[in-house]
Amino acid sequence: MIDWSGYIGLILQGAWVTVELTLMGSALAVVVAFAAGLGRVSRFMAVRALATSYIEFFRGTSIFVQLFWVYFVLPFAGITLTPLQAGVLALGLNVGAYGAEVVRGAVKAIGREQREACIALNLTRFQAMRHIILPQALPLMLPTFGNNAIELLKGTAVVSLISLTDMTFQAQVVRAQTGSTLIPFATILVLYFVMAWLISLGMRWLERRVTRGLDGVRA
Amino acid sequence: MEWDWEFVRQITPTLIEGLQITILATILGAAVAAVIGLAFAILRMTAPAPIARATGFAVEFIRGTPLLVQLYFIFYVLPDIGIRLPALVAGVIGLGIHYGTYAAEVYRAGIENVPRGQWEAAKATNLTARQTWIHVILPQAIPPMIPALANYLIAMFKETPLLSAITVLELMNQAKSIANSNYRYIEPMTLVGVFFLIISLISVFFLRWLEGRYARVDER
Repeated sequence: MIDWSGYIGLILQGAWVTVELTLMGSALAVVVAFAAGLGRVSRFMAVRALATSYIEFFRGTSIFVQLFWVYFVLPFAGITLTPLQAGVLALGLNVGAYGAEVVRGAVKAIGREQREACIALNLTRFQAMRHIILPQALPLMLPTFGNNAIELLKGTAVVSLISLTDMTFQAQVVRAQTGSTLIPFATILVLYFVMAWLISLGMRWLERRVTRGLDGVRA
Repeated sequence: MEWDWEFVRQITPTLIEGLQITILATILGAAVAAVIGLAFAILRMTAPAPIARATGFAVEFIRGTPLLVQLYFIFYVLPDIGIRLPALVAGVIGLGIHYGTYAAEVYRAGIENVPRGQWEAAKATNLTARQTWIHVILPQAIPPMIPALANYLIAMFKETPLLSAITVLELMNQAKSIANSNYRYIEPMTLVGVFFLIISLISVFFLRWLEGRYARVDER
């Protein structure tokens, strides 16, 4: 009989690494998404081109290829990252590229009359963005951001392939040590699902929170 | 370490070999996904409530968990119950089931977007169920689905490197083995990225064309 408690502990340790990666990756992704998304609607051609090439590059290849590239190729350029740093960087930049398109779409979706009203009121571009456009655009972004966060969570499994001890990696360890395949993999599948479910619950709460006071503003 | 064009020329044929497996896996995976997605969509829309709800949960579960773990599950757990699959087959099934859940949503949205009046008109003109589907509903439901399905096809293509984790010798795995046996990572890894980027950029142009061609059905 195998003593499972130790192995469950191992998987829970991995679960914590997965949670950490998801949180840090999401934080980076949000920052990058706003920078690149607003960059794409910039006045300046150069900024738009830069943002577009970033987005197309990271959406054109998968997280797996990017992760390996960051982890194995960057060291030759003199940048050596720990697996955790490489994981956060690759996940954040990858999901950030998808998020940037969401930001752009939401900002574009705010009606012309709002922009015209800003100009009529003599608001600066920054004031218009900060006080008029973004508060209305944010609720439009949130549902898709939630989906992106779940994609990011699913992406974290890939970091196990660069030997970061996340949940998937620990499940492999347990498999190697006990020879049992069903239990570790079924456990982590359920844990991933619970995490994804928690993310969608959290996003729904956040949605209610930001739309408060906006009732009736949008038809 | 410097970029070495000679080494690039040496390894390109091996990488092209891997690329063929990648493309094969994508095509087979897409076929499986198309069929499984249809089954999920039909179950969710027409089966009795408990089965429909169970299918809905299964779809949510598959979408909420990583493809990599699902691949491990198929490749390592199924042999325990006597189903031993070759790596490529396991990979194709994994891709197919995972993306089938996405395709199911596309099918469902496409069919539900056909206006009720169309169903009623079909009934009023005394068409049979078969005639209704073939001549009224599907011709209106399928064209708007095409861009969305193509989008998932591209997404699936980009995810195929995950199959390397279950020992399928596709592009990524070939690159890894070249890198490991030559101790040179820059060229193979960069080339993999370039291959994927080129193919996805081409497919994005193709996708834009599809969108222009099929997305505006209601304007006709």
